Amino acid sequence: MRQIIRVAALAVLAALAATPTLAQRTDIVVGLVLEPPHLDPTSHAAAAIDEVVYSNLFEGLTRFGPDGDILPGLARTWDISEDGLVYTFHLADGVTFHDGSAMTADDVVFSLDRARAEDSINAQKFLFADIEAVEAVDPLTVVVTLDQPNGNFPFNMAWGDAVIVAPDSADTNATNPIGTGPFRFVSWRQGDSVTLARYEDYWGEPALLDRATFRFIADPTAAFAAMMAEDVDAFPVFPAPETLSILEADPRFKVVVGTTEGEVILAMNNHREPLDNILVREAIAHAINRQDVIDGAMFGYGTPIGTHFAPHHPAYVDLTALSAYDPELSRDLLAEAGVSNLRLSLALPPPVYARRGGEIIAAQLRAVGIETDIVNIEWAQWLEQVFGNGDFDLTVIAHTEPMDIEIYGREDYYFGYGAPEFQKLWDELNRTSDTDARNALLGDLQRNISENYVNAYIFQLAKAGVERVELEGLWLNAPTQATDLTKVYWAR
Amino acid sequence: MLSFVLRRAFTLVATLMAASVVIFFTLEVLPGDPAAFMLGLNVAPEALAALREQLGLDAPVLLRFWQWVTGMLQGDFGISYTYRVPVAGLIADRLLVSLPLAIYALALAVLVGIPVGVLAAIKRNGPVDTAAMGLAQIGIALPNFWFAMLLVLLFSVTLRWFSSGGFPGWDDPGAAIAALTLPAVALALPQAAILARVMRSSLLDTLDEDYVRTARAKGLSRRQALWHHALRNALIPVLTIMGLQFSFLLAGGIIIENVFYLPGLGRLAFQAITARDLIVVRSVVMILVFAVVLVTFLVDLGYAAIDPRLRRGRT
Repeated sequence: MRQIIRVAALAVLAALAATPTLAQRTDIVVGLVLEPPHLDPTSHAAAAIDEVVYSNLFEGLTRFGPDGDILPGLARTWDISEDGLVYTFHLADGVTFHDGSAMTADDVVFSLDRARAEDSINAQKFLFADIEAVEAVDPLTVVVTLDQPNGNFPFNMAWGDAVIVAPDSADTNATNPIGTGPFRFVSWRQGDSVTLARYEDYWGEPALLDRATFRFIADPTAAFAAMMAEDVDAFPVFPAPETLSILEADPRFKVVVGTTEGEVILAMNNHREPLDNILVREAIAHAINRQDVIDGAMFGYGTPIGTHFAPHHPAYVDLTALSAYDPELSRDLLAEAGVSNLRLSLALPPPVYARRGGEIIAAQLRAVGIETDIVNIEWAQWLEQVFGNGDFDLTVIAHTEPMDIEIYGREDYYFGYGAPEFQKLWDELNRTSDTDARNALLGDLQRNISENYVNAYIFQLAKAGVERVELEGLWLNAPTQATDLTKVYWAR
Repeated sequence: MLSFVLRRAFTLVATLMAASVVIFFTLEVLPGDPAAFMLGLNVAPEALAALREQLGLDAPVLLRFWQWVTGMLQGDFGISYTYRVPVAGLIADRLLVSLPLAIYALALAVLVGIPVGVLAAIKRNGPVDTAAMGLAQIGIALPNFWFAMLLVLLFSVTLRWFSSGGFPGWDDPGAAIAALTLPAVALALPQAAILARVMRSSLLDTLDEDYVRTARAKGLSRRQALWHHALRNALIPVLTIMGLQFSFLLAGGIIIENVFYLPGLGRLAFQAITARDLIVVRSVVMILVFAVVLVTFLVDLGYAAIDPRLRRGRT
């Protein structure tokens, strides 16, 4: 009832304020599909955490820009020694945590040492693996010494898992996050929403919004209704792509389609017969019509790929021709391998790209004479059975970490590749800091896994979102899973 | 009366003990490790081991069972693996949504269903009866999530009377009740329809009983006989149904919670199962078992209050 009165009152107000110069909004309600389990990005892999806190609440030495380039964060500049082993970071002046305490070089030392410690539970510990020592030279200078050159180091420090935290609040960040970002934590209504407010003592350019609320809406129909009822202003990753055309036709909204770092692959168990035979893997790669999978499973949102690399990256090489759809060739390769009546298990975790995409892939494989037994499994079970124990033949999965081609160098990784020539190229990449040389090496890495048909590379996940048409400043692409609100404002 | 209560209370405790064993050990064999879920695809083995130790997952099964049960008896449900907060608080927050929602929905169902059922019984075989039972049939047949979507489309998207979902908390009771209204209506519709049908047939049965005929014979009007003699007896099956409905509304509201993205108990359980946050799953299930057993207990007491024969143990 009160709601009705309120709506009526608003309608009257709107009528009174007949001129279009209504006060500009300074708050935002963002819809997210998944609720973060907690808000400490340094102790959990969940992308939902970074979707709330990255660059809003917590900052690292460096940060990802909207296009994936590495920008200065708390470190305004850095020098690299000749041998590539010593990084000297020069920190911003006047940085404070949200509890008012100053952020100094000691906090950087603490944060990096904590992340790489023996008992660390950081989900991306490999980011810190090359660090030999971290020292505070003075309150604004930190020297990081590596035990081997790593041209990727500034990139590593941009991850949400590498943010700078304070010793006093590190253990309570899960429920009461205290960072250095332009927004501070206000409240969390578990199961419903997280609210942030502008931090007035922010060291850098202040946020343009004074309040931000993240609402968690998993159900596609509910997400659609929440946009239509104007309860939510933006849904950066919209869970109901089938309704995007309706929203696009509505003058209140704009649909934005960008790229992500998520490669959807049909992973193959390279340790198991007959998938240890490159001819069989090549046959599977040629049996898949990537565009059909994208159209059928993702309503056309997605980009076909031929290797494990994001197409929007400058170092990307288009290798889709190596895995072109050719069922005839596929059958020939199977015959050449001497394999007939092939029957493989296909494990599908819950996301739609896997469940819907997997069904289509199974049908395409059947067309070349490969039968699959589809097993729908939950995430936790996928992690244990497929990822942990390597007990699978085929599985459909999106690898969403940026620049994660590195996993192909690990022999004990679940699909099991780790070829010496790949490892050699990777080591060379780490010793290289020149951008062009690095990009060339990244191209060689992509070619290596593509030519060896380690997995069948299907498509790059798109980021299809909906926003109010007046909103400006949200990221188009998703170089990392984040909802950076620092530059967001209402244009009208 | 006292021995009746004691007997029922003993059944209640025994049920809870059996349930705790079943709940703990069935979830123990479920594949999936909460630590692996938390640390994702790039995890280093030593980080996984450190987290398992931190969460106490490496302790022996029987010890963990013992700690869980003794903790619960003291009101300590442990710390959630994923949320890192006490489970008791987590569940209490969710109960503040699910419990009022279940009560709200049941109240609506009773307020609509019982009068309609009584009316249909009084006007047996007339047009009112036919219309009421026809509507009840539709109410039972409609899937409530679909009905919920229709409510959202009409009242949130088109008319803008209510928000499309979410829960603002109890700081502003008016807003909280407004947020629960559409979900309660969606949940109540099928329950009201069931109540109306049960009420009608139960009342018609009792109206045919000898004692009602006797009451009529001694000069009471049909209406007086109905109010004073038949209705009281006809309420027993209705009470049984209401007990079942309340348990269903409390535990089974998950689909409606999803449609309205309400932070209820059902969604908590669902998220916890996905994340293998077993300590939360077990505690939520245990609370639900407790609620169901308690409601059954109260319904038993309700029978005794309505029907004095039951109090004397002539069950």
